[in-house]
Formats: sequence, C-alpha cells, structure tokens
Amino acid sequence: MASIANYEMVIGLEVHVELKTATKLFCNCPTTFGAEPNTQCCPVCLGMPGTLPVLNEQAVNYAIMAGLATNCQITHFSIEDRKNYFYPDLPKAYQISQLDLPLCHDGYIDIETEKGDAKRIGINRIHIEEDAGKLIHEDSKGTFIDCNRGGVPLIEIVSEPDIRSAEEANAYLQKLRAIILYTGVSDCKMNEGSMRCDVNLSVRKKGETSLGTRTEMKNLNSFQFIMKAIEYEFKRQVESVEAGEAIVQETRRFDQQSGKTFSMRTKGDADDYRYFPDPDLAPIRISEERLRDLSSKIPVLPDQRKQEYVKQYEMTPYAAEQITMQKEISDYFEAVVENTNYPVLAANLIQTEVMRLLTQDEVDIPISAANFAGLVQMTGDGKINSSTSKKVLNMLWEKDQNPVELVRKEGLEQINDKDELIEIARQVVTEQPKLTADYRKGKTAVLQALVGQVMKKTSGRANPVIIKEAMVEILEETEEQA
Amino acid sequence: MSIDDKKISKAENVAGKTNVRSTEPITEMTVSQLSRLLQARSITSVEVVDAYLKEISLKEPDVHSYITITAELARKQAEKVDKLRAAGQQLPALAGIPAGIKDNICTAGIPTTCASKMLEGFVPPYNATVMEKLAAQHVIIVGKTNMDEFAMGSTTENSYFKKTRNPLDLDRVPGGSSGGSSAAVAANEAAFTLGTDTGGSIRQPASFCGLVGMKPTYGTVSRYGLVAFASSLDQIGPLTKDVRDSALVLNALIGQDSLDSTSVAHPDSDFTSDIEGGVNGLRIALPKEYLSGGLSDDVREAVLNATKHYEKLGAHVEEVSLPNLKYALPAYCVISSAEASSNLARFDGVKYGYCAQDYEDIDQLYKKTRSEGFGREVKRRIMLGNFVLSADNYDAYYKKAMQVRTLIIKDLNTIFDRFDLIISPVSPTTAYKLRDKVGTPLEPYQDNLYTVPANIAGIPSLSIPCGKDSQGMPIGMQLAGKAFSEATLYRAAYAYEQSMKGGK
Ligand SMILES: [Zn+2]
Repeated sequence: MASIANYEMVIGLEVHVELKTATKLFCNCPTTFGAEPNTQCCPVCLGMPGTLPVLNEQAVNYAIMAGLATNCQITHFSIEDRKNYFYPDLPKAYQISQLDLPLCHDGYIDIETEKGDAKRIGINRIHIEEDAGKLIHEDSKGTFIDCNRGGVPLIEIVSEPDIRSAEEANAYLQKLRAIILYTGVSDCKMNEGSMRCDVNLSVRKKGETSLGTRTEMKNLNSFQFIMKAIEYEFKRQVESVEAGEAIVQETRRFDQQSGKTFSMRTKGDADDYRYFPDPDLAPIRISEERLRDLSSKIPVLPDQRKQEYVKQYEMTPYAAEQITMQKEISDYFEAVVENTNYPVLAANLIQTEVMRLLTQDEVDIPISAANFAGLVQMTGDGKINSSTSKKVLNMLWEKDQNPVELVRKEGLEQINDKDELIEIARQVVTEQPKLTADYRKGKTAVLQALVGQVMKKTSGRANPVIIKEAMVEILEETEEQA
Repeated sequence: MSIDDKKISKAENVAGKTNVRSTEPITEMTVSQLSRLLQARSITSVEVVDAYLKEISLKEPDVHSYITITAELARKQAEKVDKLRAAGQQLPALAGIPAGIKDNICTAGIPTTCASKMLEGFVPPYNATVMEKLAAQHVIIVGKTNMDEFAMGSTTENSYFKKTRNPLDLDRVPGGSSGGSSAAVAANEAAFTLGTDTGGSIRQPASFCGLVGMKPTYGTVSRYGLVAFASSLDQIGPLTKDVRDSALVLNALIGQDSLDSTSVAHPDSDFTSDIEGGVNGLRIALPKEYLSGGLSDDVREAVLNATKHYEKLGAHVEEVSLPNLKYALPAYCVISSAEASSNLARFDGVKYGYCAQDYEDIDQLYKKTRSEGFGREVKRRIMLGNFVLSADNYDAYYKKAMQVRTLIIKDLNTIFDRFDLIISPVSPTTAYKLRDKVGTPLEPYQDNLYTVPANIAGIPSLSIPCGKDSQGMPIGMQLAGKAFSEATLYRAAYAYEQSMKGGK
C-alpha cells in the first residue's frame, strides 16, 4: 500500500469540442442538435460517390479563435489530411483531419486547483476535423446509423503530458471549457457530446523522467467520470507494475456503473491510418489581416478577469477562478459590482447562494443585476443581516423585485438598536437559567445558543454582532451582581 | 436498356419527310455542322436524336460503347429543344445535340456505375456540375458510356459489364479508360462524348479511335460529381470528331465551381474565337525522351512528319530534353494508386451499391463486399495504394513520388519558359488487339508513358490524329502547353487539322 505513494501519474488530455457553426465543416447541412435521425445530411456529408468537400471558413475562424485564446501559435499554411479507416459511422471511410500541419500549435493555459496550486499546462496542438455519425444499437432490430452528426466541425485540443493528478485534469478541463465558452466558438455541452475527452495516462516512479507505457480512455463525457476513471486507472497501472506485469498500450473503456476501466480492443495498436494530404482541399492559408481581425474578436478572458478580481476585490485566486469560470456569471458579477460598494460581499453571495441555486450548467440568474446589487448594498450597509440577506435572495429568485421595498414590506430590516437588543437579551437570560449557569461555569461556547435565542425572538433580524456584545455585557454584569 | 424500336422507325419517317440536309448523314456530321443546321432550323433535334438512336441500335451489337442508353429521355429532351426553337428562342450552340457521358460522371436519375459491379444499379440523386452545364446548354444525353472499371485501365477491357471494341477494327481495343466514349464518337453513336483523364484516359482512346481528345488544365472543369479515381489528377474533357468541336464543347464545360475547392476560373471563355489564328512563330518543343523507348516506328515517323509540317506552317520546332520524364510513370502509379485506395474505400456495402450476402460481422461484410464487388485491376491498385501510404512506406514511395511531381513540374516550366507547346506521341503504339495486354499488370501503364506528365503537372494536353499506321489504324499526336493555354493548343491543332485536310 505504501508503494502507490512512490508513483506519479502522467496525463495528457485530448479534448474534442464541437464548433458552434450554423453549418457543417464541408457542406451546408445544419448542425442543430437533437434532430430526427438522418434529416440533416446531404450527398456530401453522406460521402456519396463524386461529391466533394468545401471548407467552412467560419469553422476555421472559430478554431483559430480557440487557438488564440489558449496562447497558441497559428499556422499560416496548414493542410487537411485524410485519416483512413473503416467504420460504419464514417461514410467516406476516411475522416478529414489534420496531421503534420495543424491550424494551431504550442499554446498553454494556466490552472488553479482547489488547494491553491497554480500550474501551466502546455497545449501541443489544436486541429480541425469532421465529426463522425452515430451508431444506434437496438437489440431486436440491429444497428442503425444516424449521420446527422457526421461532418459537424470539431477541434481537437491536445495537451502536453503535463497533468499529474485527477484534480489537475479537472482544473484543466474546467479552465479550457471556460476559455472556449468565453470565445463563444462552442457551447461545450458535455451531456450533448459537444465536449468530449480522451485521457492518456501512464505511471512512473516519482523522480523518473522517462514516460511509461500509456493507455487511452476514450469519450468520457462528464468531469466526474473523468476524475474517477483517472483514479481507477492510476491504481490499476501501479498495481500491475508492482506485480511485475507490463502495461499494454491499448484503448480502455470506462464503465460508469462499476467505476472500472476495461480493455476495449485486442488488436493492439496496429492501426495505421495511412494519413495523406486530402487532394480535394486546397491548403488553408491564413493572412496576417485575417489573424488581426480574429484577434480583435477575442473577448477579455477568464485569466485577465481573475487577475483583476484578485487585485481589485482582494479575492482569493481560487474564488476569483470560480467566479470567472462561467462568462455569464462573471459578466453578471461585473454588472452587480458597478452598483454596489461591496464587491467581495457580492462575490461571496454569488459563489455560495447563487451557485447553489443554479443547477448544473445553468447560467441564467433570474434576478436583475440592479436588484442583486441593491441586496448586496443593504447587506453591506448593515440594513439586513447575512441570514436575512440569503433569505431575501431566495425570495428575489422566486420573484425578481426591488429588494429595498421587499425588506420594508416584509419588515426584515436588521435590528441595530443596542438598547432594544439588550432588552431582548435580558429576557433570554431570564428564560434560560441553565444556559446562563453553564456560561458562568466557564462554558463560554453556550454564548452562541443564547445569541440564537435572541435571533429566534427577532425572527432572525437582529444584528448578530450587537447581540453578542449585548449578551456578554448582560452575562458579565449579572455575574458581578451574583 | 434497350432502344424503343417503334420510336426509331417513326424517326425514319420523320427524317424521310424533311430531307433538307446535305448528302452527308446526320450522324457523320460534326457538332459545328449540326449546330448550324439546328440553329437555322433546317433540321430538328428530334431528327438528330432519332438518327443517332438508330445508329446506336445498329452499332451497339458490335461496338458496345454504352452501358446505359437513355432513348426515352433523349427524345423527350429533343422535343423540348425543338419546342423552344419553334417558339423563337435563341439557344446555345450545343442545344439539341446528342452526347454520350462516361459512366463515372454522376447523372441524376440515370444509373452511374463506373463500369463496376460495386455500383451496378446505383442511381445518383444529383448531377455532376458538368451535367448541369450541359443541361443549361440543352445538350441531349443519349447514354452512359463504357469504361475501364473506376477508370483504371487503358483498354476498356476492365469493365464489369462488357468489352467495347474499336469501331475502326472490331478486333482491336478502343483504348481506355474512356473507351466507350471514344468508340461512341468514332462509331457515330454520339456527336460528342465526355471522358475523364487521370493519366491519359481521354487522349489515348481518342488517338486509338482517330478523334480529338482534350484534357483541360486541372481545375478548369469542375470535378463535382465525377466519381474520383485520383483526385489530384482527374479531369473531365471532350472527345470529338474535330478540333473545333472540342473547343465548342470545352466552352460549355469550364467554369469555377463553388462545389469543387480545387476548381479555378479559366481566363478564356471562348476557345473558338482564336482557333484560326495559325501557328506562324509558334515555338514548339520536341522532347527527345518522348521519341525513345518502346515507341513504334509508325508512330515515331508520324509525329516527326507532323513536326516537319508545323515548320512548313511557320512554327519553330526544336528538340529539347525532359530528363525526369522516366520518373513520371512510377510517380503516377504511386500517387494515383494512393489516392484511389482512399477514394474507393467508401464502397463498403453499408450505404449504397453492392453488398455481400451472408456475413457474420462488420469486418466480414467489408471484406466480402469489396472482394466480390471490385475487379482485379481495381483491387490491385487499392492494395498498391494502401501499401505506399502505410506508415512504414510513406516516405519511400508516396513522399518520394510527390517530390518527383515537383521535379517534373519544374522541368516542364523550364521548357515553357522558351516554348509555347510540347509535341509528342500520345501512345507508343496504335490500337492493339483485345486481350493482348490482359494478364500483364504493368504493361498497360506503358500506354500512359507520354500522357501522365500533363496530369502530374495539371497542364492542358490534347490528342489529335496525325496519320495512320501500316494496318490503317489511326495515330495520335499530343500537344501540351502551360496551364490555361488551351486556346494555343486548339489554334495549333486546328492549323494542323485544316492543312492536312487538303493534303491527304
Ligand atoms: Zn451535408
């Protein structure tokens, strides 16, 4: 058992992202998700004899934008290659992809894990390629092919083998997703398959520099499964190595039920895709002018915002990373901050309550930024306490309205009047002789319970700081009397 | 695919009644002659089509030019053209003229088989761009012509359906792979035909049948809808009775196409306008490598005579050297097979065409379908192509061949710096007997020795008759020029053709 600690995992990720173009990569078919099978195909994307591909320039633009946003070099002269293999979901029996001259290369992104570790992960390349169709297996009737997805533009983003833990892999993927969402070139929906991930993983003893034999886990479609698959596969490989068995270079399937990985192909790694430049397509030439134009279309990215937030609002880098992860939320935060003096408070509320209220992948906050700012302002000004603040937020979530009026109407203002609170505190002390006695015996921890009683009497509106002060004063004064 | 006999006999009646044309039978006329008569309304398109359909019914039992004959459709189209003309509409030059289309060019609603069992009965739901262009010209389609399977071969013997014979001597091959297209024109079964040329497949059959065959500059005729053999080499072009016809048809075919990324606009739009310009001062190169090797004496002599003739016409002819010519053929074999292996991978039995019966799993379906659906030559080239593209061999073969391609282009450009065109034989021999070259996998490639450089370099090249051999079979000479120089080639070819008319 001690031995697993002597190993480290070496991970490289291949992420496929569907580009949000209206039409496919080489024909004019729409790319809408979820249409009836085979209603979005034409002779070109069905690979009918004699048909020819015509490159969708918007897809090239999007791919370049993804490259620019991940600090890549852009290839001014790139080639589209044919990757030849037989599979029923691939009508031409080759996929148009890029081998030697990908559109983007040598980039990186910076990640921040929950523990606060910052790290730079290299991006080896980003290339464009077409998606394949989908096989639908029906037990009684056989296998069907839906070609709607065939020919949808993809970019494949290949990382360097710089990732050393499941947590880093997760942080990388979240960050990559955030960056791409910011650029608007994909909607990165894992559940619809518009973002998919293959994990290449090998293990080695810590301190070693050479790479071990890697396995590949394909088409993992949730962050959670990716982390689970990595952890399982790491353990499996270490155990194999420890048992003196060789790791086989192979593709493995992650089973979501058991959380284990299984060998998928027995033929080994003998695949030879016989790549060669596609003679139906001219090389892709990117002019300086086009590159400048695309650069100007890259919005402020999460890292820039993150640095700003850390500096301006004294957020922790991790908190700033969380807020900036989704552009819509970050945009919302910035709109809120414009109308309140309490940005950190706003950030905290968004990070805790708002994130809790938003279900996964949702980004629409049903409260106007102005009303949210009003709530933050009142909280910061001490007009309502923090628990009321959360309560009001939930009320606004149900029905967006002016929070100042709502608080007034519902009588939720914080009681900051010390005299009033002392009065209530005295009542509590009288009513709770046991707690009072305990406090006096030195169990100062019961103070919280006494404060809670005051809160209860004021329907949660009391200023907790003032109650505490008042309560301590009363207890100490009555003690002296006793 | 038989012809409606009633229609034919009715056509005879019609033809008999309106005997306004010259003594020459309709089917022996050139496209230009027919065009003139049609435009003058001296004959109707229905008459023309019926004359051709009758000729087809007479010749097909011997020649076998066609895989599919579209008699009904052709008559309907002809009636439509006649109606338009009767209504006073001015129609394009090719309107109402019957043509045959090589069966690797997709025709919506008409079977397109590539002469392969693999595509037997395949009816594309779309037209090739050239078909759209011909339709815009109101050209009448009389049928789909036979060919070597997937355009692989030089004799049209590699067709799954039938063997086409040379109309000038039925014991001989019509050349290939566009052998059905050359035979159809030579047998007067079409006024013109379209062929495709990957390594000489228009020019060699044209020379074997005594026709003019043009392979245009790569990209000037859209490849959309042409079932690809080797995408970087394939071009569609016309086979015609004479040079002017070729220019007329090419006028209709060229044009940049948004459906073909490799297509380019041709700077010229009318190849007939300068066709009578003559060759005075034209600089013609004669590469000495083209006159050596297995070249037959008759062919060598005919080509040398042609060069002398050109000098008489005022051209300047000079011997030059193309040192890398000997590498052109091997490079062609590698590149064309590589591309073919990938282009033909889609024929897997899953989506369309032939599908093997009785299979256990998907691998077996692929293997059985492709083993049973493709002929020997096609399989041979697919295997060769996969071999040269495999990771272990890529550098030694495919990459090397691409380097040779660059070298040959450089060689040719050096010549075109000083010369307007290159003259050479089309093929080392004239048409040979059927089965002569069956079972010798490499020898048919030799037929392409002189023609492949034009495909490798993407330059225009045409084949024009320049005499007959001792057996009376036609000999072809080849003219090639730099990219987009079709007008020059036509001018030179026309000058030769016209001057030989009187002198023969
Ligand atoms: Zn499509």
